[in-house]
Amino acid sequence: MQQTATPAVEARSVTKRFGPTTALDDAGIVISEGETHALVGRNGAGKSTLVSILTGLQRPDEGEVLFAGAPAPSVADRDGWRRQVACVYQKSTIIPTLTVAENLFLNRQSGHGPINWRSLRGRARDLLDQYGVDVDAGRLAGELDVEQRQLLEIARALSFGARFIILDEPTARLDGPAIERLFERMRALRAQGVTMMFISHHLEEVYQVCQSVTVFRDARHILTSAVDRLPHDELVAAMTGEAAAGYQARSRTVATGAPVVLSAEKLSLGERYRDVDLTVHAGEIVGLAGSGSSGKIGLAETLVGLLAADAGTVTVNGRTPKPGDVTSTLRAGLGFVPEDRHKEGFVPLLSIAENATLPIAHKLGRFGAVSPALRRARAERMIEDLTIKTTGPSQPVGDLSGGNAQKVVMARALADDPKALVVINPTSGVDVRAKQVLLGAVEDAAERGAGAVLVSDELDDLRICDRVVVMFHGRVVKEVPRGWADAELVAVMEGVSTHDD
Amino acid sequence: MTETTVASPGTPGGSQGSPGKARPGPSGFRIARFRDLALVPAILLLIVVGALIEPAFLSADNLTNVLQQQTELSLLVLAEAMILIAGKFDLSLESTVGLAPALGVGLVIPAASNGLGTDWPTTLGIPICLLIGVLIGAFNGLLILRFKLSAFIVTLGMLIVLRGLQIGFTGGQNLFALPESFLYLGNARWLGLPASIWICGIAYAIGILALGYFRHGRSIYAIGGNVDAARAAGVRTDRVVWIVFMIGGFLAALSGLLMTGRLGSVAAAQGDGMIFTVFAAAVIGGVSLDGGKGTLFGALCGVLVLGLINNILTLAGVSAQWIQAIYGGIILIALMLARVTSGKAQD
Ligand SMILES: Nc1ncnc2c1ncn2[C@@H]1O[C@H](COP(=O)(O)OP(=O)(O)OP(=O)(O)O)[C@@H](O)[C@H]1O
Ligand SMILES: [Mg+2]
Repeated sequence: MQQTATPAVEARSVTKRFGPTTALDDAGIVISEGETHALVGRNGAGKSTLVSILTGLQRPDEGEVLFAGAPAPSVADRDGWRRQVACVYQKSTIIPTLTVAENLFLNRQSGHGPINWRSLRGRARDLLDQYGVDVDAGRLAGELDVEQRQLLEIARALSFGARFIILDEPTARLDGPAIERLFERMRALRAQGVTMMFISHHLEEVYQVCQSVTVFRDARHILTSAVDRLPHDELVAAMTGEAAAGYQARSRTVATGAPVVLSAEKLSLGERYRDVDLTVHAGEIVGLAGSGSSGKIGLAETLVGLLAADAGTVTVNGRTPKPGDVTSTLRAGLGFVPEDRHKEGFVPLLSIAENATLPIAHKLGRFGAVSPALRRARAERMIEDLTIKTTGPSQPVGDLSGGNAQKVVMARALADDPKALVVINPTSGVDVRAKQVLLGAVEDAAERGAGAVLVSDELDDLRICDRVVVMFHGRVVKEVPRGWADAELVAVMEGVSTHDD
Repeated sequence: MTETTVASPGTPGGSQGSPGKARPGPSGFRIARFRDLALVPAILLLIVVGALIEPAFLSADNLTNVLQQQTELSLLVLAEAMILIAGKFDLSLESTVGLAPALGVGLVIPAASNGLGTDWPTTLGIPICLLIGVLIGAFNGLLILRFKLSAFIVTLGMLIVLRGLQIGFTGGQNLFALPESFLYLGNARWLGLPASIWICGIAYAIGILALGYFRHGRSIYAIGGNVDAARAAGVRTDRVVWIVFMIGGFLAALSGLLMTGRLGSVAAAQGDGMIFTVFAAAVIGGVSLDGGKGTLFGALCGVLVLGLINNILTLAGVSAQWIQAIYGGIILIALMLARVTSGKAQD
């Protein structure tokens, strides 16, 4: 870690304020040539803010950025910045109304002269092939799912040929095999001498792909160290400022004869899943696991009414909501956390209070009026329960850090004391401590008598489940009771060892 | 054994993406194109209906007439469509249609003919008119971009202010004593077609090429689709939007110029009430009020549909008192049909 050579990238005593919030307080980072450097810290620690400063999207209030010892270009010089650094931002920068090809070559569709769409699509196909992204270059980006959009962003960032690449939580919304492929790519890039900064809340990933790590806490730089000289516990301690403790799933018994609160009968939807049966009892948490193509997300989205099944019925709390109708599903007593919080999770310009109380607005006042005082009180309780880091209930959710926005989505799901709860990847992009809070919230709900379906790509999350239903290529292949071993579950998810049929 | 199920990196069709959503075939782009042509059958249908109602409909004279009557509207729709695609709004275009030529004329004609008394050389008339349009666009842009005001409110205010200015300095009078140059464009025929049709055709050709095939044109779509993403890709978003507003003002002034020439005067209410039709044509033509979606070709089709409907109603002898209500009603129906055929909500 000797800084004998000039570092590839350096941010020196950077301070950045947003109104009353100090997002970065005299913080800095030094990244050596050719290394993959992790930046970790709890939600709201200032990581994404540093990214926007390192990519020239925002100017620091104080401090400076250096590339290879030379001062960074001025904020107006976008091309200058793009030659230095490429970035996959935490918030999507895909334009849904344009095609995949155009998104890849945004603002560089052609050199001079008119755009040749045919050759642009050809170039896009080459690029996608090169990075192994199986997406049709002619499609509208808005039609892609979360995962494909993310792959698109990664391919685009890599395509600039910059020697320094920032990845802000790229793995938060990818499943296991996709993450593995990403890491393969990252290792290959490193072999070519590319410098990278990698942000993730999955600390084991840091150990897998990074050589050094910088920890931010409360807008400040805490430490920088070589990864192999910083054990996991110490890393967590540095992030949280207190000793680490793993999440202990609580033991819970589902009462025999507990009523069924959520069930699916013979559900089928196109190629996504077929003939799925599922029953969730009150007080029970059922995990839904499987790889990216297993159909688990599609199934969960059908349960909450975001999608309508071709065949079969969904029953919520004894009622049969109109298929594909979220409102009637919510009325029946269901709360949910959608997969893509930016798209379906919250209204960015509305305050935390409004977002979190959206489903219960009718209970906060009479005749369609909403009492601000009641709303504020409810929101304050949610902020406390879920430890949302914010300046107050009236802050717009769009200004929150990624993980805190996720907590607002969870708050909204729980606002109406739902009888049935469907949560999709609830811990995506949240820090270690927040993850415990969110999982705790799901367990609390179960203890209050709700039945929950937890869809997750993370085995750790699934530990809180009473049983895990595993899907493979659109079918339920196995049901695993509590107490499974990682290897066992992964094998079933990958379609190996399904010797029960 | 494990290797058989885990997709290797880079395998196309590996486990990324859910198979259900993927693969609609290589048709995505063509579907977008298809949406563009959605109005063509409607236009053909209207032509057939027109021919059935009144044989004179298909005469070259009538068709030229239909086109010429739509030139002014179509220039405004061109302007509005670009502004909408960039994710903004401009309601003030219709007032520019009146104010720009009124000032252009007022500054060059003698005070005796209701001029402003400046008596500038008449050759300056048209350049002034177009320049005023650009300046109005620039001012709108300034308020919206620099002062971060809502485009809707700013241009609504400007709509009223500009109309008021025109009435103020013309004393509410129509300007009749037009210089030759103003009359020329509204009446000349080039190669057998009215000059205004040529101008309009050229404007659309340039617009369609620019927005379809040039980087700067495409950046308008990027901005309307997701400003932050466009900025991150290096698009100078504010500058582009500003220029779009200026082009919009320019086109509105040009539209006013053509109208002035065709009618032989600048009416105090010139352009009044056009903005509803402008928006209707754009939306029927598939331009989204949300930004980022739609094409100029589609917008042009929207204009043609409305023009044909108007002409057919006139030929069918619908009484002048009722024509407005019926026309408005048909526009609403057309909007609903556009909603059904595009399958998406018009937000
Ligand atoms: N545009 C903004 N306006 C107001 N406050 C902001 C804005 N952007 C960030 N903040 C605040 O700055 C702080 C740091 O946010 P940042 O997004 O950098 O956190 P983060 O470390 O990336 O967290 P996460 O892991 O949740 O993504 C947060 O408290 C956030 O609320
Ligand atoms: Mg962040």
